[in-house]
Amino acid sequence: MIGLQHYLVVSAILFTMGVLGIFINRKNIIIILMAIELILLAVNINLVAFSAFLGDLVGQVFAMFVLTVAAGEAAIGLAILVIYFRGRGSIAVDDVNRMKG
Amino acid sequence: MIQAFAFYLFATVVILSGALTVLSRNPVHSVLWLILAFFNAAGLMVLVGAEFIAMLLVIVYVGAVAVLFLFVVMMLDIDFAELRSGFVRYGFFGLLIALVLAGELIIAGGAWSQGALDLSRRAAPASGDLQNIEAMGALIYSKYLYIFEAAGLVLLVAMIGAIVLTHRERKDVRPQNISDQVKRRPQDAVRNVNQPVGQGVEL
Repeated sequence: MIGLQHYLVVSAILFTMGVLGIFINRKNIIIILMAIELILLAVNINLVAFSAFLGDLVGQVFAMFVLTVAAGEAAIGLAILVIYFRGRGSIAVDDVNRMKG
Repeated sequence: MIQAFAFYLFATVVILSGALTVLSRNPVHSVLWLILAFFNAAGLMVLVGAEFIAMLLVIVYVGAVAVLFLFVVMMLDIDFAELRSGFVRYGFFGLLIALVLAGELIIAGGAWSQGALDLSRRAAPASGDLQNIEAMGALIYSKYLYIFEAAGLVLLVAMIGAIVLTHRERKDVRPQNISDQVKRRPQDAVRNVNQPVGQGVEL
């Protein structure tokens, strides 16, 4: 029988995968944004699993807000990426500190 | 039985596609793996009866966010091979961090499973006779209405921010300026002259 533990393990693995993705793709900010999406997906799986197995709907409401913030974050992040690329012709995040005014 | 099979199928595919998202060489492939991961996570959520969040994942992520990523990856002309340098050097450190993190998460899960949860303190107990989407709607539009409106506000601010950030005035094109056109009056633009015969026209 599938229990809460199974879901927690899946989301822990997915979360770890996202963190690993941030570290091994340190120069490619597009993949970093995707890794952040993976992390937020793992958090959502966690929230929904707890909500379902404890019989409390608040977890799902909160998962919806996490989804909202993730969508906004992706939009803003990609917009910043586009203007950064327009100004520099590259998206290497190693020298982003030159952005400071 | 079929439930366990479906769970293991979805869980395996979501973990594999998550790994391939961060490991694949081509960012377009990464986005496609991310879409597969979202689909399978939606499947996992359907299995526990959270249909609303599952449909939201498919519509918002696969329909909007992943396509946004795909557009940006294809729009920018980037040398992705150069961006992958240092993969091995950072890889070792990243793997170490990931292993420590995974160990901590598993310890946290084990510690949690030892203690009992006080189920009487649930904020919104799920009732058995309502469908998931109905129950979510009743909750969002009554108890959590203001937070729901705040979420809408977050999306509005994100949309305006993205437009303001990426909008640019181009000097090499001549766009239509509607306010100039509306402000133009006939008495400023047209002049009637009584032109004498045999003389040049004064412009």
